[in-house]
Amino acid sequence: MPHRIHLMVCAGTGCVANRSPEVRDALVAEIAKRGLQDEVQVVTTGCNGFCGAGPLMVVQPDGIFYQQISLKDVPHLVEEHFLKGRPVEKLMYVPPEARTPLPKMMDIPFFSRQRLIALRNRGLIDPEKIEEYIARDGYTALAKALSQMTPQQILEEVKTSGLRGRGGAGFPTGTKWEHVIRAEGEPKYVICNGDEGDPGAFMDRSIVESDPHSVIEGMLIGARAIGARWGVVYIRNEYPLAVQRLMIALEQAREYGLLGDDILGTGFDFDISVSRGAGAFVCGEATALVSAVEGRPGEPRARPPRLAQHGLWNKPTCLNNVETWANVPPIINNGGAWYAQIGTEKSKGTKVFSLVGKINNTGLVEVPMGITLREIIYDIGGGVPGGKKFKAVQTGGPSGGCIPNELIDLPIDFESLAEAGSMMGSGGMVIMDEDTCMVDVARYFLTFTQDESCGKCTPCREGTQLMLDILTRITEGHGTMDDLEALEEVAKVVAEASLCGLGTSAPNPVLTTMRYFRDEYLAHIQAHKCPAHVCRQLNTYRIDPAICAERGHGCGVCRRECPEKAIFGEKNQAHRVDSSLCSKCGTCVDLCHFNAVIVE
Amino acid sequence: MPKLKLEDLAGVRDKARKATLLREGAARVKMTVHMGTCGIAAGARKIVEAALREVEDGDLRDVMVTTSGCAGLCSREPMATVEVVGEAPVKYVDLTETKIKAVFKEHIVEGRIAEQYALAIGSERTY
Repeated sequence: MPHRIHLMVCAGTGCVANRSPEVRDALVAEIAKRGLQDEVQVVTTGCNGFCGAGPLMVVQPDGIFYQQISLKDVPHLVEEHFLKGRPVEKLMYVPPEARTPLPKMMDIPFFSRQRLIALRNRGLIDPEKIEEYIARDGYTALAKALSQMTPQQILEEVKTSGLRGRGGAGFPTGTKWEHVIRAEGEPKYVICNGDEGDPGAFMDRSIVESDPHSVIEGMLIGARAIGARWGVVYIRNEYPLAVQRLMIALEQAREYGLLGDDILGTGFDFDISVSRGAGAFVCGEATALVSAVEGRPGEPRARPPRLAQHGLWNKPTCLNNVETWANVPPIINNGGAWYAQIGTEKSKGTKVFSLVGKINNTGLVEVPMGITLREIIYDIGGGVPGGKKFKAVQTGGPSGGCIPNELIDLPIDFESLAEAGSMMGSGGMVIMDEDTCMVDVARYFLTFTQDESCGKCTPCREGTQLMLDILTRITEGHGTMDDLEALEEVAKVVAEASLCGLGTSAPNPVLTTMRYFRDEYLAHIQAHKCPAHVCRQLNTYRIDPAICAERGHGCGVCRRECPEKAIFGEKNQAHRVDSSLCSKCGTCVDLCHFNAVIVE
Repeated sequence: MPKLKLEDLAGVRDKARKATLLREGAARVKMTVHMGTCGIAAGARKIVEAALREVEDGDLRDVMVTTSGCAGLCSREPMATVEVVGEAPVKYVDLTETKIKAVFKEHIVEGRIAEQYALAIGSERTY
């Protein structure tokens, strides 16, 4: 008997962390208890994208979307919806500032505004079953490339598509392939860069978790075009679920004869090995990655020569990012011209972004290039929570810049982001609200890049440390106007003189915050104030006597918990802070139930 | 698993697709079996099973069988509503496994409403 309901339970890392496997097991048990096991199928899928609201589930064929499902919801849900056919409202998504839930997934703007190419199978297949990938036209692009196209024709389609590298730099993929094809030397290699390391970015992880075969198929097609026999996926070991699903996918592809010798009986040989990275950010840089795959320290080298000529084991190598590879099969299936219709003049297709920070709908979205920041943040992301004001968005992770509210109607593509002083990067978007201090943000990202700098070249090694020292001084209230000038100068030198992308892009957060939020730097330096009250060393704390006495009845929590014993007062009376003793730790603010502590 | 050849791929796809098509939510016919307390008491579960068997036996992959609550006519349960895309929904009453067979054959496959078991065509007006 066929199933009448499929429950697509999300098992991406976000939902797994919210205990979705337990919910899935409870569903299976409850369904069996009700005798519905032959009618209802429970499917474990990869990341659905709406990560902020997990555990998630989509009920097909009705397309009902459930969020934040807990174990105790399961019996009611099974009885009401799957037995009696009455969808359960309390588990449905309610838009911010609305009251009625939106039952259907495709009615929720977060989903309906997206266009999925790289993520075409997310939530629709079980990533651990190759048959389900094949059911969604998986490996038909490979079959087409092997039987109906010459390597030259494959290359032409990719060039026509206008696809550009999704890892950050945006180099045209077809041109890169062509360089490898023209390069002298055998054998040639293809590499998939899965060393996603930006804080707040999880596009590549999600693609590998939800649809590993799309990456494998892309690499197979690329290998056919450039004439490679071997490929490597370099993936960070901190992505255990992605590594596990990739391993399963590779094994299944071998069993089906889609990897190995004589693929699909066409005489084409190709196989992929996996290289697990230890989590160094710099290994996302192509030459450092190759060095790491070879078993040497993950450090970049000067280019040229490019990897296309001297790559892995000094042989011509084609390295693309996870998302780039995942875009290849649909381009071959539908044609390069189809892909080139989507997007803007110079940036074709779609891009996956991870939306994190001060945003209602945290998660993963795929949208056409050219969409504005406003559409992503408000229409898809649901705006900033708590009625706060949007301040800036950091794109491109620690290598990107902060784009202010004034530029919210900026269409997103490689060029416009670069003009604004930021970059596409791998697609991380960190949303910041009025409570974010931009100097502190710059300091935070510099802490990251300084820590991750490999130390090989002087400008990056010394320059990031110098910038971090200056920024720390400013956030602690010891900055001078000379510091500001020095910061700008060092930033420019690091950007120009560093060996690899880590160093050349590390100053971006500093330069963009200085460009768009100079007043905040000045407030820190001249007035010794942090306008967002984030830099605690610049804050002063006092207790509003009226609120403390009348609403709080002098409860004394702050007095008891103050590590410096800097708060004095009697029960039922207003308390006060002795600023000469106060270390500005902010514990009193965090603990006061009555919001009586005022930060100035 | 024997290694696939070029010509095998479409076969594997079509077979796998049958099992996953339901997730795409596109169906030509939707049969809703009413499963309120009254429906369940009158044997609606058997009707669902019979309907799913019909889908299986006839390989009717464009038919979606779903359940919903009480249709309001508790004395005539088990009931089911058949909606063919682009046509008015038809309510069938006092169903048995034999009648379901007939409804599938006549209405869903051949496209003629099985009038002998039908209560009404159309639905109540909703606001």
